[in-house]
Amino acid sequence: MTVTERQQLNYIAAQAADARVNLEIETEGMTLNIGPQHPATHGTLRIVAKLDGEQVVSAEPVMGYMHRGYEKLAEVRTYPQVTTLINRIDWLGSFANEVPFILAAEQLMEVEAPPRAQWIRTILFELSRIANVTLFLGDMAVQVGAITPVFFAFRDREHVLNQIEAATGGRFHPNFDRIGGLKDDLPAGWIDETRQAMRKIRSFCDQIEELVEGNEIFQARTRGIGVIPAEVGLSYGLTGANIRASGVDWDLRRDNPCGLVYDQVDWRVWTHPDGDSFARFWVRLQETREAIKIVEQLLDGIPAGPVMAKVPVIIKVPPGEAHVETENPLGVMGYYIVSKGDLFPFRVKIRSASFSNVSITPWLLKGVYVPDIITILGSLYFILGDIDR
Amino acid sequence: MTLSAMISGIGVFSELSYWQVTSIRVAAGLVAVLLVAGTLVYVHLFKIVSFMQSRLGPMEAGPYGSLQLLAEIGKFLQKEDIVPRRADRFVFKAAPFVVLASTFLLLVVLPGGPDAWFISNDLGIYLAMAVGSVSVIGILMAGWGSASKYSLLGGLRATGQLIAYELPLLLAVVGVVIQAESMNLQQIVLVQANGEIFGWGAIGNPFIITQFVGFLIFMVAMQAELTQTPFDMPVAESELVTGYMTEYSGLRFLLFFIGEFATAGVFSAIAAVLFLGGWYVPGLEPTDNLFNVIGPLVLIGKVVLLSFLIFWIRFTFPRFREDQLQRLAWKFLVPLALANIVVTAVLKVVI
Repeated sequence: MTVTERQQLNYIAAQAADARVNLEIETEGMTLNIGPQHPATHGTLRIVAKLDGEQVVSAEPVMGYMHRGYEKLAEVRTYPQVTTLINRIDWLGSFANEVPFILAAEQLMEVEAPPRAQWIRTILFELSRIANVTLFLGDMAVQVGAITPVFFAFRDREHVLNQIEAATGGRFHPNFDRIGGLKDDLPAGWIDETRQAMRKIRSFCDQIEELVEGNEIFQARTRGIGVIPAEVGLSYGLTGANIRASGVDWDLRRDNPCGLVYDQVDWRVWTHPDGDSFARFWVRLQETREAIKIVEQLLDGIPAGPVMAKVPVIIKVPPGEAHVETENPLGVMGYYIVSKGDLFPFRVKIRSASFSNVSITPWLLKGVYVPDIITILGSLYFILGDIDR
Repeated sequence: MTLSAMISGIGVFSELSYWQVTSIRVAAGLVAVLLVAGTLVYVHLFKIVSFMQSRLGPMEAGPYGSLQLLAEIGKFLQKEDIVPRRADRFVFKAAPFVVLASTFLLLVVLPGGPDAWFISNDLGIYLAMAVGSVSVIGILMAGWGSASKYSLLGGLRATGQLIAYELPLLLAVVGVVIQAESMNLQQIVLVQANGEIFGWGAIGNPFIITQFVGFLIFMVAMQAELTQTPFDMPVAESELVTGYMTEYSGLRFLLFFIGEFATAGVFSAIAAVLFLGGWYVPGLEPTDNLFNVIGPLVLIGKVVLLSFLIFWIRFTFPRFREDQLQRLAWKFLVPLALANIVVTAVLKVVI
């Protein structure tokens, strides 16, 4: 395994200095348990870090404290019931969890949702991305020590959650997506209200840009910290904004929209060449802006028509296998469904983004300082439900 | 009739020896100043910060939450005082008191009016700086005595940081001392009150005008001494939980907690005395007896102003990393403070 040059030089210098000291006094490393209950891991991730002073010698993520066995539970639930479970995987953008599963089931049943349902699906998908990433933008500032931005994040996320609630009835767990369409149509006046909410989120992005991104201390804390070269990131299976921040131009929304209407709107994929913590923050900030653009354009042209295709009341999915991946707020999320023609899926494999994103931490945390652990973990942006499922 | 004349008029003071009078003054100072200043700073802080973060802040305890501090004290007093099993019990238990004692003793040199002072010491600011640095020992005691790795890291970080920023703090004061030709805080206030700017003496000469570099260094170093963001690496709550305070609960946590705000208030008061003219406001003669009454209020007003500055910065900025803040202290603030001293000394002789 290779580390970046800067980390390596730092580490060698520290080792040499320690070797000189060690001739006189006997020192030993310290094992620091970060988590499972720790303010920075926002959940129950545990990181066992072996420290040499303030420098990390090795760090190992320990996961599974929140494992809920959704893959197994899905096998004893009918297809419509499964969405209730998978809402709770990435709980900050839960509607986005339902979409790939429903798309996979639709693929097996050879049903296609009517255009109106597809548009609304895409809008809600992007709204849940905004709700998710908004919180990241505030939370990242907390990880490097600024307390205030997260209050702005919670305040302005509320506007998006209100819209999701108005449309679906659930703030965090909408359970709104159905095989062949959506549960309901949009309520009256929802489109105008959503436009207002988007304006508020846009001003929130400006605020974050001034308050956090432009701040010298924030830049000093994040630039050059936790650099992931593109090939390393790819080999660890990083997806989403984490890999786009390393300069890999790969976004499933553009490259494989499968059933969502991203090809109908004008938007772009942002990448950043640096691959450090700042780049990951920056890419997510730009993506929030793009998501606002996407939603605003989609709101203008929602086609008329039904929101539900003709599907039987009791859903039996014909035998077969389907695998659908979408670009979720945290990265690529995929469902692999094996059906034996029953009411229940025979087997569901969930590929969640955070699990792969966190797998890079032992490589990434080697040789950094303790404060940088938190910066790096914050910038990788994982949700514990998304790791442990 | 001046305040001290009033007190001696009671007839008790005249029969007491010097140390007895001094201890009574100190005790009165702790009660009269600290409670008022602490409550003011605390409530002020909570409301200001809440508005910054688009919240209402405390609303339930007292009118608009003004008695929140008492509610907090009541809450913490009910909590169990837990000592970790492997902790060094004596050190662990004594640490908060060391920190608080350092804060309280800072108070005694503060003048509140021409005759309203606790002790008038010719080494006033020197004493304040010496006493102020005692808190490092308390913090190190807390970090080491807790037998927790987070506390240890926090305590060591705090020690390194406080020692690093003690120096610019002291050196920033030296400029003021050179200009005022005195280390007595009362004298420093009088020099500012009687001073004049190029022959114009209407507002006196608050040293923030001539010593603005010193003022900036003092404020930055003060921020670091108080371990407030952007220098709050020792208590970095997102990584070290709360640093050296992690294992504390109940009353002892409260002591640290109050100590934080009280120290912010007291350091602001020292900055107000050194740079903003202390209890003096333009328009009255500095010897005016009225200052014994309004002087403390003026001082508190200036404290609120400066503590607003501290907490404004605290709730806006992210925090420095340990190596970054050490670099700022040793490579930037210390040379700047030394240059400030040189320039001040040269100008003092020339003009």
